Formats: sequence, C-alpha cells, structure tokens
Amino acid sequence: MKLDLLTSLYVFMLAAFIGFEVIRRVSPLLHTPLMSLTNALDAIAVVGAIILTGEFHAHGATLAKVLGTIAIVAATSNIVGGFLITDRMLRMFKASGPKKP
Amino acid sequence: MTNLPAMEHVIEVTYLIATALFILALKWLSSPKTARRGVFAGELGMLLAIAGTLLHHGLEYKWIAIGLVLGSIIGVPLGEVAMTAVPQRTALSHACGALCVTLVGTAEFYLRAPNVPPFLMGVLSMEVILGALTFTGSLMAAGKLQEVLPQRPITYKGQNFVNLGLLGVAIIIAGVLVAHPDKTHLFPLIVGIPLVFGVMMIIPIGGADMPTVISLLNSYAGLSAAAMGFVLDSKLLIIAGALDGASGFILSVNMSKAMNRSFSNVLFGAFGQEQTAVAGAKEARPVRSATPEEAAGILSAANKVVIVPGYGMAVAQAQHKVRELYDALTKRGVDVKFGIHPVAGRMPGHMNVLLAEADIPYDKLLDMEDINGDFPQTDVALIIGANDVTNPAARTDQSSPIFGMPILDVDKARTVMVIKRSMGAGFAGIENPLYYMDKTLMLFGDAKNFVGAIVRELGGGHE
Repeated sequence: MKLDLLTSLYVFMLAAFIGFEVIRRVSPLLHTPLMSLTNALDAIAVVGAIILTGEFHAHGATLAKVLGTIAIVAATSNIVGGFLITDRMLRMFKASGPKKP
Repeated sequence: MTNLPAMEHVIEVTYLIATALFILALKWLSSPKTARRGVFAGELGMLLAIAGTLLHHGLEYKWIAIGLVLGSIIGVPLGEVAMTAVPQRTALSHACGALCVTLVGTAEFYLRAPNVPPFLMGVLSMEVILGALTFTGSLMAAGKLQEVLPQRPITYKGQNFVNLGLLGVAIIIAGVLVAHPDKTHLFPLIVGIPLVFGVMMIIPIGGADMPTVISLLNSYAGLSAAAMGFVLDSKLLIIAGALDGASGFILSVNMSKAMNRSFSNVLFGAFGQEQTAVAGAKEARPVRSATPEEAAGILSAANKVVIVPGYGMAVAQAQHKVRELYDALTKRGVDVKFGIHPVAGRMPGHMNVLLAEADIPYDKLLDMEDINGDFPQTDVALIIGANDVTNPAARTDQSSPIFGMPILDVDKARTVMVIKRSMGAGFAGIENPLYYMDKTLMLFGDAKNFVGAIVRELGGGHE
C-alpha cells in the first residue's frame, strides 16, 4: 500500500509535466474547446462512481448507492455534454479557403 | 468477492489505452486542423474506460444504468446550448465534476472509517475540500454569468479575513481527522465549510475577472479528481485529473498575466474598491461621434481594418452582423482582421468561438501578440463592445488601476472607431482616454444595430 502511494505520486508528477507540455502548445484560438474537452475527460471520475454504486457493501450500502448514483449522473452529464459541445465548437472553426465568396 | 485475474488484466489494459488516448486528445487539440480527431480520441478513451469498468466482477448494474441514462439525458441539452451561453455552461460542468468527486469522497470516507490510514485521509480531505468549494464556487460563477445573480462584485470589510479563516478552519479540521479518523462527526465540517467558502470566494468577483476564475475552478476540479485517483488508487483518474489541473493552471496563469494581476489579487482584491476613487474625477469631456454613413465611408476607404471584439459584442449578439460587415468589406478588397485580447469575454477563447460560429475563418482571428505589431499600419481599428483591453492608460498612466496590463494598441491605428452604448465607464469603472483622442470616432448605439446599419450603407447584408 505504501509503495503504491509513492507510485501514484510519480504518476501524478509525470502526468502534470506532460499536461503542461502538451497544453502549452494549444493555440489561444482553441482555449474554450480546450476547457470543455478537459472537463469531459475529467469526468472519467465516473469510473470511481460506478464502482462505488455497483459494488457490494456490508455496511453503508444505501449511502453508497444514493451518493454514487448522483455522482454518476453528474459525471455522465459532463461526459455527454462536454464531448458534444467541444465537437460542435470545433466544427465551426474553418480556415479561409479559396472557395470563400 | 474474488475477481477473475484475467478479467482484471483486461480492465487494466482498457485503462492504459484510455490514458494514452486522453493525452493524444489534448495533443491533437493544439491545431484546429487535428482538433476534431482529438475529440474522437477522447470519446473512444472514455468509452473504453467505462466499458472496462463495467466488466468489474460482482457489480450490481441497476443503479449504474439509471445514473448513466439520466446523466446522458441531462448532458445532451448541456451540449447544445447557444455559443453565447458557453461560459456559464462551462462553469456548470465544473460544478458537476466537482459534485461527483465530493460525493464519491464522502461515501468512501464513511465506508472506510474508522480505518483510514493518515496519507489516505489526507488526500481524501483534499478531495472533498477542493471538490466542495469548486462545486459551490462554480455554481456561483454560473449564476453570475447567467445573470441570475448580480454581476457586480460585492465586498465588505474583513472579507478576506473571513474567507481565509473559513478555509483555515476546514484545513485544521482535516488535520485532526488525519490524526483521529475515528472522529467521524467532524467529517461533515470538511464538506460543509468549503461549500460555504466556495460561495464567499465568488461573491467579491466581478464579471471581468471571470476568465481567470473559471480557469482557476477548472484547475481545482482537476486537482480534486486527481486526489480521488489517489484515494481509489486509480492511475487513470490521477492522470486525467493532473491533465485537467495543468490545463486549468496554464489558463489561469495566462489570464492573470493578461490582466497584469496575480492570482491572489484576482481572488482577494476586487476591482470594486478602486472604483470609488476614479468616479469623482469623471467629468464630461468633448468626444467626436459619427453616424453609420460616415463610419461606412471611412471603412470602405480603408485598406486595412482590425476589428476588436469584446464582451459587449457577445451581449448584443452582434457576431453575425460583424460577419456581414467582414464580408462586405472583404468584397471591396479591404483586408479585415480581428484582434483578440486573452481576457476579452467571459472565459478564455470566448470571442474566437463566437466569431467562428459566425463563420469567420479562424486564420483571421489573431492573438494580442500577433496583432499588436499591425496597428501602426492599420487604417481603422473598429472596437465593438471592448473597453479596458484597449485602454492606453494601461501603458502610460501609472496611477491607473490597470497600469501594466497588456493591451491591444488600437490607439496606434490611423483612425479608431468605438461602438458603445454610451459614455459609461467599462467594467472596471476606469476612464478610457482613448475616447477623447482626436482620431477617435464614437459610434453610439447598440452593437448589433450599429454594425447592421454600417453593413446596409455598404450595400451588403441580407435583410
């Protein structure tokens, strides 16, 4: 368990560095879609909510089910809404091509 | 509760692939050409991760299914809001993400207590404190952006003391819980106090600071999700949270740099206090104004026009009229570009999305750094609903509250035209000397109607 936590810290650190490097390159043009996309990705927390809701609990089962289900609803709305709106926004970004009137 | 080892491996592999896809999604987002591929990668990663999770042995699916279906039903309309409502939608989604994290954290505590090892209790506290304050803070921000709540900053004496005190108490209680996780009656406090703090934190923040605050909340939402990853020992969640946290952090730094303010200044020093000092000095000074005909005449005689949009354009929903103006001028051979300040609007990139929605090609939308060199060769700078980001006092007047803030150098253009409702001061309540310059023409009126009138004069548009 102790070692696992240390590994987790390494993972966090590396992911943060990758995040900085990758996201620094995102053009300011796309900062709004960036925020909605990272929001959707962040909703991966749904994975934790799913396990919490579905797993068997010897005690506190009702609490886990109630909180877990609300958590799934909140996260799923972010996933569905976040990806939808990001794609909608990105479809609007068009370069000025020769076909422009 | 014995898991099939083979299945566990399958699940872990789906998480691994999902992680790679998430990083690729952000990488592809760097350019508009590959960005949609990025969204697809993100979706695929998400599907894989959820499918993998559902394979876990011994899950009871009833409530999971109800949650997933209900969430999707709520999510679709949230994905189809108008582009002008994107800032409040974004704030709302920060709130949803934070709600999920807070609820899972709360349940995890009660399921594990009193056997919570210190490190775990520490990250669990961080998860619920950050989650809870992001939840109410984002709801407040969404309320202000939707104008359900007053947009003006509300300040009172000792505000910072109260706010920091609240946060301090929550952290101390979290510390007690780390030492004595069996004191379960203390746990509601480390959820409840941050919930209150979230509200108090946003009360003194005005609309012009929203881009920074939304980015900061984004960062908090990411960090709380990463903390949840530590609690659940999920590498996937740690990485997704770290990516989101990094993204929010970078955007917050960008935004506060663009306003020449530090984080603490945005959070703890509302512009509100400086307002009163400036208000007294304001007296009527002569300005030159012009009609749509005159404006159209000057614009059509220009070679190079830079349009500077601001929040006022979004409020007036003028972006489609601006597009007609762009078309009419381009047809006449005028070179039209857009100069976009990082904090124009209510969230990072807000103006770009609105103008892209109006079908303006993205290569005409230029960042502050890219456009500023162009102003001396620009015939007309047309400002639509922007104020403080064009204020030359930021460069010259040391006593100005916005001194040092990087601005769009519109005053270097040969002619400046400003579409504005009235002579009222901008959001920060600061006088703009640009309006009194000899080369400035004030175009008084509603942005949408005025731009429409110019377009009619130019013989374009479709009405």
